[in-house]
Amino acid sequence: MVQLQEVTLDELKHLVSDRAIQGDTMLLNMGPQHPSTHGVLRLMLELDGETIINCVPDIGFLHTGIEKNMEAKRYEQAEVMTDRLDYLNTVGNNLAFCLAVEKLVDLDVPPRAQVIRVILTELQRIASHLVWLGTQSLDLAAMSMFLYCFREREIILDILELVSGQRMMTTYIRPGGLWRDVPEDFYDAVQDFLEMFPKRIEQYHGLLTKNPLFVDRTKGIGVISGEDAVAWGLTGPTLRGSGVAFDNRKARPYSGYENYDFEVPVRNEGDVFARYICRMDEFWESLSIIEQGMEKLRELDGAPIRSNNRKFVPPPRSELGTSMEALIHHFKLWTDGFDAPAEYVYMPVSSPRGELGVYLEGDGGNKPYRVHWRTPSFIHLQALPVMSTGLLVADLVAIIGSIDIVLGDSDR
Amino acid sequence: MNEQLSSSIQKIKDGFDVEEHIFSDEHSLIIAPDDVVEICQLLRDDFYFNLLSSLTAVDYWPEGDPRFHVVYQLYSIEANITLRLRVAVPGDEPSVPTIEGLYPNANWHEREIWDMFGIKVEGHSDLRRILMPYEWEGHPLRKDYPLGYEEVQFSFNADEIDKKKPYVKE
Repeated sequence: MVQLQEVTLDELKHLVSDRAIQGDTMLLNMGPQHPSTHGVLRLMLELDGETIINCVPDIGFLHTGIEKNMEAKRYEQAEVMTDRLDYLNTVGNNLAFCLAVEKLVDLDVPPRAQVIRVILTELQRIASHLVWLGTQSLDLAAMSMFLYCFREREIILDILELVSGQRMMTTYIRPGGLWRDVPEDFYDAVQDFLEMFPKRIEQYHGLLTKNPLFVDRTKGIGVISGEDAVAWGLTGPTLRGSGVAFDNRKARPYSGYENYDFEVPVRNEGDVFARYICRMDEFWESLSIIEQGMEKLRELDGAPIRSNNRKFVPPPRSELGTSMEALIHHFKLWTDGFDAPAEYVYMPVSSPRGELGVYLEGDGGNKPYRVHWRTPSFIHLQALPVMSTGLLVADLVAIIGSIDIVLGDSDR
Repeated sequence: MNEQLSSSIQKIKDGFDVEEHIFSDEHSLIIAPDDVVEICQLLRDDFYFNLLSSLTAVDYWPEGDPRFHVVYQLYSIEANITLRLRVAVPGDEPSVPTIEGLYPNANWHEREIWDMFGIKVEGHSDLRRILMPYEWEGHPLRKDYPLGYEEVQFSFNADEIDKKKPYVKE
């Protein structure tokens, strides 16, 4: 049964050009502890002087076997692991998994829960883009941007803590709705953020967009055409920077995204700067979605936040003392979970990085038979050699920043 | 059902021996391993399925026959339609042909199914492990591969567990 794979040096020879074998070019190891590789990414670079001849990404340092672990957990237990995948988009991961479960067992979600889901994922999108902006600028030597971005991100994490009790690993979205309703303070907290943040976006633009040092290092760097980008499976802002207007929120709406009025920012240049502008524009779109969501939320005040289907969603705590049926459902769900049919579904959502897809297969029992995460970072990293060949090592740093990778997302 | 999707499914049904499976408005075609490249070529060139969304595998050990299913999730950005191909692969020396030539991003996906399931990909340009260390034994996502765990050390059983740890033996 056990198959041992032995790798000899000869088998790795195809990764480099003949010139490297003769010693004309240099092989350089970058990472996994290099600060600009955004986590534990290792790149093997073949260099001619400072020009990149070839770049071979090596991933897996953060592989935690989440897909395997999920197979041993019940659906509601497995959800807790989704937070640990892409740790900058925890709410989005919860949402993707819950939507997949809901699709598999055909479970309804009340409108108020859907609105809160949208507001929180958009807040999370802003928070994730802030980390991208901070680290990308830091890589390009704009030190203070990093501090400003993390300052704003704190406010969003505080809002997440307010609703879920956790800053990052929220597990707030549950199959069939939410863990609980948002607290009173939520409205003011989001309102304060909505008022504060537009000015800050202007400040970021003031610091970067016309800054000659920043522009010189991003314009015309890491160019990938729209056709190539689709062939390599790029999605999200990385694809939209190459002129392809594809976003799952528009193409295959979920959680009521079809009821919101927003644009999908697109640029045609396909370089690092285009991707930068796309993400910066997404700040405005996310803000607009949150604003519309808050309006809807006020209209739906007091509406249910969980499905009333007691076979999948636990009853409210208040019913346990008075209803025998509720007590049985509560007991059944928290000890045994719920069963899902032996079918398979694929649920794509739009994470800040691109298409986050969950392939979920049930076997009729209470545990998923197979969960596969189609993660954007994994696929984007694969296109790194295409974007970086022929450029300088310093440009590679800008490109890694611009494809916005999270190694927890790519290695799973 | 979308017209383009139904015509593409019909075209494949006419030309190949396939079985259709529909659940929750998602269409899956179960195809033979030898037809993978040809069907993908047809879908990409004639029906604009230009994005390979996802490529993964499922292990049906021990009852399932054939043991593995390799799952291709194709998407067309222009027509906004999605189609899933499932390839049944026997458990004895499992292998599928590569579709790297059609969808370059299949490269890493196929390395992943080799790494995780031990399904060989014929014609692949660089079939190495991708997520596990290169000297790793076995393929973790197979169902006969144990999940494994680490016992928690408390004060009452700390010594006992310590003895089982590999560094103690050395």
